Amino acid sequence: MTRLTCTLLGACAVGALSSAAAAQTTLTIATVNNGDMIRMQGLTEDFTADHPDIELEWVTLEENVLRQRVTQDIATNGGQFDVMTIGTYEVPIWANQDWLLALDDLPEDYDVDDLLPSVRTALSVDDTLYAAPFYGESAMVMYRTDLAEEAGVEIPDQPTWDDIMTAAEAMTDQDAGIYGICLRGKPGWGENMAFITAMANSYGARWFDTDWQAQFDSEEWTSAVNDYLMMMNEYGPPGASSNGFNENLSLFQQGKCGMWIDATVAAGFVTDPDDSTVADSVGFAQFPNKDGMDNRGNWLWAWSLAVPASSDAPEAAKEFVAWATSQGYTQLVAEEEGWRAAPPGTRTSLYENPEYQEAAPFAEMTLNSMSAVDTSAPSVQEIPYTGAQFVAIPEFQGIGTAVGQQFSAALAGQVTAEQALQNAQTSTNREMERAGYQD
Amino acid sequence: MARASSTSRKLTVTVFAWLVGLTLFFPVLWTVLTSFKTEAEAIADPPSLLFFNWTLENYVVVQERSNYFRYFWNSVLISVGSTVIGLIIAVPAAWAMAFVPSPRTRGILMWMLSTKMLPPVGVLIPIYLIFRDMNLLDTRTGLIIVMMLINLPIIVWMLYTYFKEIPGEILEAARMDGAQLRNEIIHVLTPMAIPGIASTMLLNVILAWNEAFWTLNLTAAKAAPLTAFIASYSSPEGLFYAKLSAASTMAIAPILILGWFSQKQLVRGLTFGAVK
Repeated sequence: MTRLTCTLLGACAVGALSSAAAAQTTLTIATVNNGDMIRMQGLTEDFTADHPDIELEWVTLEENVLRQRVTQDIATNGGQFDVMTIGTYEVPIWANQDWLLALDDLPEDYDVDDLLPSVRTALSVDDTLYAAPFYGESAMVMYRTDLAEEAGVEIPDQPTWDDIMTAAEAMTDQDAGIYGICLRGKPGWGENMAFITAMANSYGARWFDTDWQAQFDSEEWTSAVNDYLMMMNEYGPPGASSNGFNENLSLFQQGKCGMWIDATVAAGFVTDPDDSTVADSVGFAQFPNKDGMDNRGNWLWAWSLAVPASSDAPEAAKEFVAWATSQGYTQLVAEEEGWRAAPPGTRTSLYENPEYQEAAPFAEMTLNSMSAVDTSAPSVQEIPYTGAQFVAIPEFQGIGTAVGQQFSAALAGQVTAEQALQNAQTSTNREMERAGYQD
Repeated sequence: MARASSTSRKLTVTVFAWLVGLTLFFPVLWTVLTSFKTEAEAIADPPSLLFFNWTLENYVVVQERSNYFRYFWNSVLISVGSTVIGLIIAVPAAWAMAFVPSPRTRGILMWMLSTKMLPPVGVLIPIYLIFRDMNLLDTRTGLIIVMMLINLPIIVWMLYTYFKEIPGEILEAARMDGAQLRNEIIHVLTPMAIPGIASTMLLNVILAWNEAFWTLNLTAAKAAPLTAFIASYSSPEGLFYAKLSAASTMAIAPILILGWFSQKQLVRGLTFGAVK
C-alpha cells in the first residue's frame, strides 16, 4: 500500500513537473553589446513579471560577430534564436528572402504610427514592418564650442563641406595635440565606408547607375574622396587609417578633436560628464552637404528586434519585441535611469517630450538628422538600389569592405586617391558582374 | 678570458630571454592592469601604468551582468571532455604507428596533420548543417566532439613522438610474459608514457580552452564557454575596454594558473625528442 502510494505520488510529481516544463517557453535573444541593449537586459524583470511563462536567455556579442552568427543561423534555418537584433541593412534583404516574420499583428497600444517615418520605412518591405526599432541613429557633426569660439569660426546648424573645412583648418593646433577633424579611417563596410558613402551621397555621388555599373570614376566620387583625404591629411589625427568609432570617441572625449562627424548615438557619450572631459562644451550640427546639393548624407541605422521564421516560439517572441520597443519601455528607462538614458531615434513621442528635450541637449539635432533621411533615395541621382550609408544588397558587405580597404590605404599613403578609386571601380564591377547584376 | 666571454654570453642570452618573455607577457599584464581602471582611465592618453585609481568596479559589473560560472563550467567540460576522449582514441592509434609501423604510417601522420592546415571557415556551413540535423547546436556534447576532432592530430602526433622514444623491447618482453594487447597498452605502455600523456593532455586542454572559432559559431546560450563570455564585452560603438579587460582576465585566469603550475611538464612534453 505504501509503495503504491509512493509510486502514485511520484508519478503525479513527475507529471506536474513535466507539464510545468512544457508550459515554460524559453526565448533565446541574440543582441549586440552596447549601453542601450545592456540596459534592456537589466530591466527585463518588468517583462518576465508579466509573463511568468516566458524565460529569457541572452546571447550578447560584438556587432560583427553577431552579424555573422545570426546570418549563418537564419540562412541555414538553424533555429537557434527566437529574437535577433539586426540593422536597417539586413531587414529588407532578409524580409525579401522570407526569413523574418512580419510584425503586422502587434498589440493595439503599440502605436506603430508613433515610429519615426524614416525608420519605419527602412524596416518595412511593401509597407509591412519586419523589425521593431530599439534605437536609431543618423550622423551629425559634433564640435567643440570653445575651440570654435577661440578660432573665430561659426558652425551653422546646416553646414556645408566648405564650412567644415574652414572650421577644421582654424581649429587645428597640432603642437597642442588638437586636430580640427576626426573621421573614420578603419576599413570596413560599416566602418570607413559608412562615413565615406554618406559623404559621397552628400556630394551627389552614387554607387551604381541604373545598369549596376560602378560609379567610382565619376566626378562626384573623385571630389568627395579627395576632400576626405585632404581633410584627414591636413587636419586629422595621426594614424587615422586605423581609427573607427571608438578611437574617435576616445580622442574627442579627451579634447583632441575640434570636430567629429559620426553616428548621433555618440552625442550621449561625448556629453556624459563621467567619461568626457569636454562634456560641457559640445555643439551639434547636421551632416554637411556640398554647396547647393539637396542631400545630407542619408545616414540611417536602427538596431531593431526581429523574429526569424525559424523560431519555435513566434508568439512569445513577438510579445517580447513589442515590450522592448514600446513607449512603456521608454517610460520604464526614464523612471529607472532618467530621460537621458531613453533609447533614442525611434519614436516621435520621445522628441515631443519636454523632459527628454531638457535632459538631452542633442535631441533636436538628432531628430532633424533622422528626419532628413530618405532610404528609398540615398543619392540625388537615379539609382537601382535602396539604402543609406550602405547599398541594401547582400553583396555589399564584401564589396564595401574591399572598397574601404582601398580608401584606407589611400589615407595611409600607400596608394594615391586616383589609384584607390580606379581599384574600387575595377573590383566592384568585377564582383557585380560575377553576382549577375550586370548584363 | 674564456670565462669572461662565457659570462658575457650568458648575460646577453639572459637579457634577451627576459626581453622576449616580457614582450610576450606584456599584453596579458596590460589587460590585467586595465581591468582595474575606470573606462575613462582605460582610454587615457598618455596611459598610466600603475598610478591610477584602482577599482574592482569592472569585476562587479561583469559578475552582475553575466553568469560567469556557467561559462566557466562549460569551458571546463568542453576542454577536459574533448581531451580525455581524444586521448582514449589517440593512445592506441599512436601505439600502432610507433610500434607496428606500416609503409603508409608516415603518410597517414602527414595526412592527419594536413587537416590542421584547412581553414575552419571552409567547413563551417557543412558542419553547422550536420549539427542542426543532429540537434547538436548549442550543446556541450557537440562542442566536445568538434574540439576532440580538431585537436586529435596534435594528440596523436605528440603521443607518437613520445612512444617512439620508448624501447620496443620492453613491450616485447611483456608480450612474451603473456600480456595481451589491451594489457600491454594499459599496464605497460601507459605508465611509462605518463609524463608525455600528461603534457599532451595539458596542451590540449589549453588549446580547447582558448579555441574561439567553433565555440562562437556552434553555441548560443546554453553551451557557450568563456570565449563567448569575452566576446560579449567587445563593442564597436561604446567604450567597454575596462570591462572587456575584466572579462578577459576572469576567462584566462584559470588556464594561466594551470599553465603556471604545469610549465615543467609542458616544456618537457613540447621539447621531447627535439634533441637527441
